[in-house]
Amino acid sequence: MGIEVNGRKVEWVKNETVKYLLRRMRYTFPLVVVKINDKIIPRKDFSDVIVPDNSKVAVIHMISGG
Amino acid sequence: MAEGQIPIEEYETGNTKHKWDLKKLKFAHRVIFEYNYKKGEIKRGYANRTLYLNLTKKEIKEKPVTEDMKKKFTGGRGFGLKLMWASIKSSTRWNSDENELLITTGPLCGTTQYPGSGKSLCLTISPSTDIICDSNVGGFFGPYLKFAGFDAIEIQGKAKQDVVIVVDGEKGKISVETAPLEETNSHLINEQLTHMYASENTDKSRQKVSVVSAGKGAEHSYWGCLNFSFYDIRRKLPRMKQAGRGGLGTVLRDKKIKAIVTKIEKFDGVSNNPADPIALAKVGTKLHREIRDLDRHQCNMRAVGTVHLVEIMDEYDLLPTENYRFGSFPKASKIYSPKFFKHFTKIIPDGCWHGCTMACAKTVDGFTVMTGPYKGQKTTVDGPEYETVACCSNMSLWDPLWVLEFNFYCDTYGLDTISTGTAIAFYMEMYEYGILNKERCDGLELCFGNGEAVMEFMHRIAQGNKGEFTKIAAKGARRVKDWLIKNAWGTPQLIEDCGMESKGLEYSEYVTKESLAMQGGYGLTLKGPQHDEAWLIFMDMVNNAIPTFEDKAEALHYFPMWRTWFGLNGLCKLPWNDVEPANNAETDEPSKVPEHTQNYVEYQNAITGWNVDKEELILQSERCYNWQRAMNVWLGRGRRKDDWIPYRSMGPVTEMEYLSRKDRYDKQLVEKLGHSEKEVEKMKIKEKIELLYDYRQAQYQKLADAVYYRRGWTPNGIPTPQKMKQLGMDDPKMLKLLQDKINEDEKAGLNVWGGKYGKGEKPPNIHLKYWEKW
Ligand code: SF4
Repeated sequence: MGIEVNGRKVEWVKNETVKYLLRRMRYTFPLVVVKINDKIIPRKDFSDVIVPDNSKVAVIHMISGG
Repeated sequence: MAEGQIPIEEYETGNTKHKWDLKKLKFAHRVIFEYNYKKGEIKRGYANRTLYLNLTKKEIKEKPVTEDMKKKFTGGRGFGLKLMWASIKSSTRWNSDENELLITTGPLCGTTQYPGSGKSLCLTISPSTDIICDSNVGGFFGPYLKFAGFDAIEIQGKAKQDVVIVVDGEKGKISVETAPLEETNSHLINEQLTHMYASENTDKSRQKVSVVSAGKGAEHSYWGCLNFSFYDIRRKLPRMKQAGRGGLGTVLRDKKIKAIVTKIEKFDGVSNNPADPIALAKVGTKLHREIRDLDRHQCNMRAVGTVHLVEIMDEYDLLPTENYRFGSFPKASKIYSPKFFKHFTKIIPDGCWHGCTMACAKTVDGFTVMTGPYKGQKTTVDGPEYETVACCSNMSLWDPLWVLEFNFYCDTYGLDTISTGTAIAFYMEMYEYGILNKERCDGLELCFGNGEAVMEFMHRIAQGNKGEFTKIAAKGARRVKDWLIKNAWGTPQLIEDCGMESKGLEYSEYVTKESLAMQGGYGLTLKGPQHDEAWLIFMDMVNNAIPTFEDKAEALHYFPMWRTWFGLNGLCKLPWNDVEPANNAETDEPSKVPEHTQNYVEYQNAITGWNVDKEELILQSERCYNWQRAMNVWLGRGRRKDDWIPYRSMGPVTEMEYLSRKDRYDKQLVEKLGHSEKEVEKMKIKEKIELLYDYRQAQYQKLADAVYYRRGWTPNGIPTPQKMKQLGMDDPKMLKLLQDKINEDEKAGLNVWGGKYGKGEKPPNIHLKYWEKW
C-alpha cells in the first residue's frame, strides 16, 4: 500500500484528505495545484477529497519565484 | 481613499525632523560644466536618445538611439550593454577611468497602467567580479530620466571633487556641480537634494524630483549599492529602493559622484505615448483586477511584501541559517512575516512606482535607531524584504529589531544587504572554527548571533576604518578567502567550500543543496549568484518536474531568457508570477504563467506598435543574454572555470551538517550512488561526505555541459559566432573575438565536456565543435 507524491513513494494513510496530506508533507506554500491521477482537485475540496491508495499525486508548487 | 486610510494632511511618520540650511548647501555649489538640450517627445516608449557624460573630460553629449539598436538590444539593460561595448576596453576594471556607470530605462518603463513598470537597470564593471554587473531597481529615477528626455544615462570618467549631476527636464539642462556640504549617507542626502531641487516648496513639486545616491559604506567597500528615491507624498519624505548587487554604489563614489538628480515638469498616464492606449488600458486593467482579487489568497504581497517567503523557506529547508549550513532553524519563527507585519505601517499604498497595485514596498515608520551615528533618532526603514531578513537568519540574528537596524544602516550607508549579510555569515563561521578570532578581526567578536558586532563592523566600514580586517572584509568573501589562505589560517578547501561566493559575488539567500537545477541557477549565470535569472528550487526539488539533465538545461535556458526580458523593458518581475490567474493551474505550462506572458506580448505591442509574439520576446532576451556572456569572455572571464560554485551550495561540507540531515544523505548514498544500506551503516561520516562530494561535483559538471549545449555555447562556455549570427548579432569585431577565444581554448585543450560519462551515459553531443555543422 502506498501512494506517489511528486514521483516519490509515500506511505498511504487511510481516510487522509488532501489537506492532511499537504500538512504531512509540510507543503505549506499557498500557491499549489493538486492533481490526483491527473485530475485537478479544486482548492475548496482539499478538506473533503480523500486520497485513494495507489494514487499518483502531483502537488505542483507554482512559484518560479525569488 | 481606502477604508481606514489616513488622509495625507494628517499622516505623521513619527520620525525625527531634520532642518537643513538649503541656501547654504546650494550656495557652496559651483557649476563645473553644463549642457543645454532641446526637450523632446517620447515616441512609443522611447526618448530616442541617450545621455553621455564624461567627468574627466568635462564633456556632455547626446547619442541617438537607432532603429537597429532597438531591434538588436530592445532597451534597458540591452542598451547598457551596447553602450558599454562601444566605450570600455577589455582591460577596464571597476576603478579605471573609462569604466562606466549606466542607468537605463526601457520602452515600457514609466507606464502607469500596468503594475510593476518603473524599473531602472543599472550596469557597471563590478569591483567584486571584474565583469559586467546589472541590477534592477524601483523608484522614480528611471521613468523621470526618460520623461526628461533620455533612454539612458551613461557616465564615464571621474570628477576631482564631490559632485552632483542634475538632469533638469523642466529647463532642458544638464549640469555637473560641486557639492561639498551635503551629507553622503542616503537617507539624508536624498532628503536634502529633493528639497533643494524641487521647483516649489510643495509636496507635489518634491514628487517630481528623484535622487540616486550611495552612502559612506559604498566609499569603503565593494558592496556599494545605489539608493533610488521616490518621494512619498503621504509620509512627506523620499523613500528608497536599492540597485543592490555588484558594487554599483562603489563605482558611483569612486567617480566622486555624491548624487544624480533628475526632475521633470510633468508626467501622466500617456507620457510614454503608447501606440495603442486602448489596448494598453485593457491589458493593464485586467491585471490590476487580478491582483486586487487574488493576492490576499495567494502571496499576500500587498500586506507583507516579500517577507511572506520567510516562513515558506523555513518550512522547505531553504532558509539560509548560519552561513547556509542549514535551511531551517528552531528560532526562525521569531522572524516570520507576522513579526514584521506588526511593525509595518498599514493602509498606505506602497508601490515603488505609480500604478503598481502589487504595492509590495513595505516600510516601518518611526523606528528608533539603536546604534551608530543616528542612535536614538527615529526614522523610516524601507523594508525589510525577504532577502534582508534571510541575511539576518544567515548571521543567526533572530530579533526583528536587529533586522530593521541592519536594514536601515545597509541602506543609508549604501551597502548591499545581500553581499554584506552573506559575507559576514561566512566570517562568522570562520570565527566559530578559530580560523578568524578576536585579534584577527580587529577586536570584533564576530560570532553567530552577535548583532552588536555586526553593526560595529558596518559603522567601521562607513568610517573608513583602517584596520586590516575591516579593509579586507569590506571587499567581500572572495578577498577574505584569499587572505585567510595566504596567511595559512585554516585549510584552503574548507575556506573555499564555506565562503558563499561565485565569480567574486556573494550568494543571495536560498539554500540550494538539494536542487541541482538551482545550483546551476546560481552558477551558470552572467553576473554571479543572484536568483534573478532563475528560481527553480520548487520545480526541481519539490515538484520533481525537471528530473533529467536535458529538462534542467531547458529550464536553465528558458527562465533566464524570460527573466532577462523584464530588464530590457524597465519592468518588475514580481507581477508576472507572484500573483497568478485563477485558472493558471489548468494551463499547459503553469510555471510559465501563460496568460501573463501573453499580457506582456500585448503590452509591448501596445506601447511600441510592434507586432511581436511570445517567441520574439524570448529572442529579444537571447540576443542580449548572449551578448553579455560574450562581453564577459572579452573581459577575460565567461568560461567554465568562472561558473564554479562553492561546495556549500551543493552539499554538506562539515560533519555537523551531514548529521543534521543524516537520513536524507544516507538515503542518497543508497539510491543515487548504489551503496547497500549495510555499507552505508558501516561508513564513517567523513567517508560519506567525500562520496557525496565527488558525486555532486560530477553532477554539476554534467549539468553545465547540458546547459552550455542548450544555449549554443562551446563545451567551455563561450557563445559561438554561429549562435550570435543566428540571433542577428553580427558585429564583426565580436564575431572575430569569439572565434579567437574558441581557438585559444582549442589549443589549450579546454574545448571538452566537463562531465565524466559512464556506461550508458553520453555527453550532450559527441562532436565537440557541434556548432560548425549548423
Ligand atoms: S511589485 Fe513591488 S517591487 Fe515590483 S514595482 Fe510593484 S511595488 Fe515595486
